[in-house]
Amino acid sequence: MRRWPLRIVGLSYLLVVLAAPVGLVFYRAFEHGLGPAWAAVTTPEAKHAFYLTVLIAAIAVPANTIFGVICALAIVRQRFPGKGVMNALVDLPLALSPVVVGLAFLLLYSRTGWFGSWLTDRGIQVVFALPGMILVTIFISLPFVVREVVPVLREIGTDQEQAAATLGASGWQTFRRVTLPAIRWAIAYGVVLTTARALGEFGAVSVISGHVVGRTETMTLHVEAQYQQFDYVGAYSASVVLAMIAIATLVAMTLFKPKEETR
Amino acid sequence: MLPLAALVWKSSKAGRGGFWEAISDPQAVAALKLTLVVSVAVCLINAVMGTIVAWILIRDRFPGQGVVNAIIDLPFALPTIVAGLTLLALYGPNGPVGVNIAFSRTAILLALLFVTLPFVIRTVQPVLLELDREMEEAAASLGAGPFTTFRHIIFPNLFPAVLSGVALAFARAIGEFGAVVLISGNLPFKTEVASVFIFGRIESGDPAGAAAVSVLILVITFVVLLGIGALRRWVTRHDRA
Repeated sequence: MRRWPLRIVGLSYLLVVLAAPVGLVFYRAFEHGLGPAWAAVTTPEAKHAFYLTVLIAAIAVPANTIFGVICALAIVRQRFPGKGVMNALVDLPLALSPVVVGLAFLLLYSRTGWFGSWLTDRGIQVVFALPGMILVTIFISLPFVVREVVPVLREIGTDQEQAAATLGASGWQTFRRVTLPAIRWAIAYGVVLTTARALGEFGAVSVISGHVVGRTETMTLHVEAQYQQFDYVGAYSASVVLAMIAIATLVAMTLFKPKEETR
Repeated sequence: MLPLAALVWKSSKAGRGGFWEAISDPQAVAALKLTLVVSVAVCLINAVMGTIVAWILIRDRFPGQGVVNAIIDLPFALPTIVAGLTLLALYGPNGPVGVNIAFSRTAILLALLFVTLPFVIRTVQPVLLELDREMEEAAASLGAGPFTTFRHIIFPNLFPAVLSGVALAFARAIGEFGAVVLISGNLPFKTEVASVFIFGRIESGDPAGAAAVSVLILVITFVVLLGIGALRRWVTRHDRA
């Protein structure tokens, strides 16, 4: 009997804050039927925004996966000066405002920035262009793989790796045959989180991209632009596409998570 | 690391006077104040509601629990701009419930509650799962009421986890941009939060001012995170003694 009030309080909080708003967006997008919604997400701008978002994620996610695994191996298995600092630095993007991240990259790579003049001389434009957007996305989604892999690496210990080494396996063979299978679910989980973050990033990309329609507009920027132009169906439809990706992410997360826990 | 160095360097280039001028600008002060007040409110609400939700997910049994548990992570997966739009659709003008809180401080609070929802729940859940029920039963058999059991048994055990969740939520709330930008209306002095203020400064070609406020936010964030970390260590040590 004592649990009823708590149950009601907790569930209504979730309903008010989470479930109802998300549900309504789906309703709003399809309010006038499937046709307008489909038309809205297949305009050239929307298609380009979608393509750009996927392209950025396709570069950022593998980069962060490889970096993340190397970084996690370095943090857990190696001893080097500044290890504690590196460990803390990896978490930094989580504590930073995306706008601040965007600003930092802007200051670094704009024409008057530190690397700006060097890059401009060579005809490479980073700010208000694709390279800048990729850079901030990598930065923003950096911590996830590392954070998932580090605890697993700590837990599996080095026994099996040492055994492999005594049996004559090279460093690479040990990694591929022993370490990698042990951490693959952690990597998968980290990749899912990284992908979600990379696809959905708004603040940092908003600062560095310059919002050029059809050139540097990602899905999230497209949603905002359509909303500001009072194209609500366009904004809601594009949101639904992003929300469906989010739900797919969620399903992937629940698929990977239990396996990681019961390992 | 390099981007951060550039940020500090840019903010300091104008000298101490310029830095001070940028952060003591009334509009900047108003934005910072609002951000801090709302973030603290978000942390408090999260601490209470997050614990309750974690509780019903672990200790309660009801149909659909698995689904509820799965959608908790939705704010992590959903792009922040979409989060803002969803809230605006329901609680904005022309919303079906007839509540219009768009362009108000309540809206900012709600948006931040949305994006920070999972943090406390996900840090408290595992602790609650491992918490020994025998302790509670022992307390009850010794005549402790539900409130006494909560205060002396459950709360001390959960508190460190709640604090970790709150720390994450605070860091997220203070810098949130995407979820807030649509729903807050960004009225200077009224509903403009720090991240939106910084964005405005960048757009209007004042990167030095933007950098100064950014550095200040960074410092506040780190001080608060260190403070919460210290409190957490103090509480756990206090427990064992």
